[in-house]
Amino acid sequence: MVNKIIIKELNLCFAKNHVLKNIDISIPEKLITAIMGPSGCGKSTFLRCLNRMNDLIEGTKISGSLLIDEKDIYSDSIDIFDLRKRVGMVFQKPNPFPKSIFENVAYGLKIHEIKDKGTISEKVEKALRDANLWDEVKDRLSSSALDLSGGQQQRLCIARALAVEPEIILFDEPASALDPISSARLEELLEELKKNYTIVIVTHNLQQAARISDWTAFLMLGELIEFNKTEKIFTAPQDKRTENYLTGKFG
Amino acid sequence: MTEGGIFPALIGTFLLSTGAILFALPLGVLAAIYLKEYAGAKKWVRIIRIGINNLAGVPSVVFGLFGLAIFVKLFGFGVSVLSGSLTLGILILPVIIRASEEAIDSVPSSFKEASFALGATKWQTIRKVVLPTALPGILTGAILSLGRAAGETAPILFTAATFYTRHLPESPFREVMALPYHIYALMTEGTKPEFQVPIAYGTALVLLLLVFAVNFIAIIIRSRMRRKRKW
Ligand SMILES: Nc1ncnc2c1ncn2[C@@H]1O[C@H](COP(=O)(O)OP(=O)(O)O)[C@@H](O)[C@H]1O
Ligand SMILES: [Mg+2]
Repeated sequence: MVNKIIIKELNLCFAKNHVLKNIDISIPEKLITAIMGPSGCGKSTFLRCLNRMNDLIEGTKISGSLLIDEKDIYSDSIDIFDLRKRVGMVFQKPNPFPKSIFENVAYGLKIHEIKDKGTISEKVEKALRDANLWDEVKDRLSSSALDLSGGQQQRLCIARALAVEPEIILFDEPASALDPISSARLEELLEELKKNYTIVIVTHNLQQAARISDWTAFLMLGELIEFNKTEKIFTAPQDKRTENYLTGKFG
Repeated sequence: MTEGGIFPALIGTFLLSTGAILFALPLGVLAAIYLKEYAGAKKWVRIIRIGINNLAGVPSVVFGLFGLAIFVKLFGFGVSVLSGSLTLGILILPVIIRASEEAIDSVPSSFKEASFALGATKWQTIRKVVLPTALPGILTGAILSLGRAAGETAPILFTAATFYTRHLPESPFREVMALPYHIYALMTEGTKPEFQVPIAYGTALVLLLLVFAVNFIAIIIRSRMRRKRKW
């Protein structure tokens, strides 16, 4: 097992709010790592450190080392736009652009200066296939993405992220706005994606974390309480607080 | 003055309003982008915004005088389509800036986040996501202000309009007839009021219909946009 992401002493403050505290964690390559914890504990913030989306929020201070493939992603020599291409993100609420299905998936390719029409179509098709959406949309690629169902929109957002060929994909509660059937399809898809991608997923849903993830991290009030193989976390948590959370004593 | 019809005035109004939009739309949209996406919350930005809002309340005759001093005299464009268009453009600029700012504001931040997360730069995000999404709102504002520009008399009084000509302007540096000013001229000048007054009322009707038509187009765009939007 190779660690794709290695984080040491990560601290993050939004203005005076100390949100992430001394986080040490190593995230394995081509597996699914779940981040659990009560709401407001900093799960999304943690995730957004990995593609530097917190940089967009004014007054953010971040310290510690955050390595991807042994390179510090917060060093000056890092091209942030290239980093975000390598580290894709799928959001809580499906957020396709108000453009056609095709244009949504092609967006990232065009941003990154891929101009050849043939190449773009090929990559769009591949991304849609990999996101298990191709068969449902292949006859209406030019219709609006906003006409798709919620589950389809979320898979479209995944296809959009896949198109630029990332190595890591971050999911921030991707199923929370979906019905159970769409949610199950999404889980299936995640299982397939982990063959090729390193996946970090924030989830509120404990059963979901138990079903799909290989490793699980438990965050509380910005601290990493416990990080272990998923079956260990769920069967024999080491920390009382993890146990309380899993048994529903709070959260 | 009672001969020649209102065709030259109609064309004049069309030229002046189109010129005003050509000038004010790009400038207004760029200003709105700057204010919304780049300027941040600095103090002088607030002052600029207050300035823009006040500009929208300045009486239009003052714009006319300003146009006379700057475009006609200082820049030496003379009394011409160009001077009139620029003056009208400045008159509608605050409206366009405000409409564009509102339209940009209404673009959900989740769209921008999605774009940034794919590695897009700020400018790419503005160009490819924010502006296309805001466009119907911007256009509605622009068209409504076009209606306003078409109906204004005072700004073109000293900068563009002429009492009477049978010719269309050969170049942007020529003066031109315009519907609102034509009405004014018919009612105040000339020697045959008994013929002129009915023509003035007729011209007013044409002007009204024109403005209604323009506003109607804006309303159609807006309702279409509301129906289409699902976020
Ligand atoms: N854009 C922001 N600006 C300031 N504070 C924020 C911002 N986003 C989140 N926070 C704060 O950071 C903390 C963690 O939030 P978040 O990471 O969204 O939690 P979670 O995803 O676990 O529910 C909260 O206290 C929240 O108020
Ligand atoms: Mg969250």
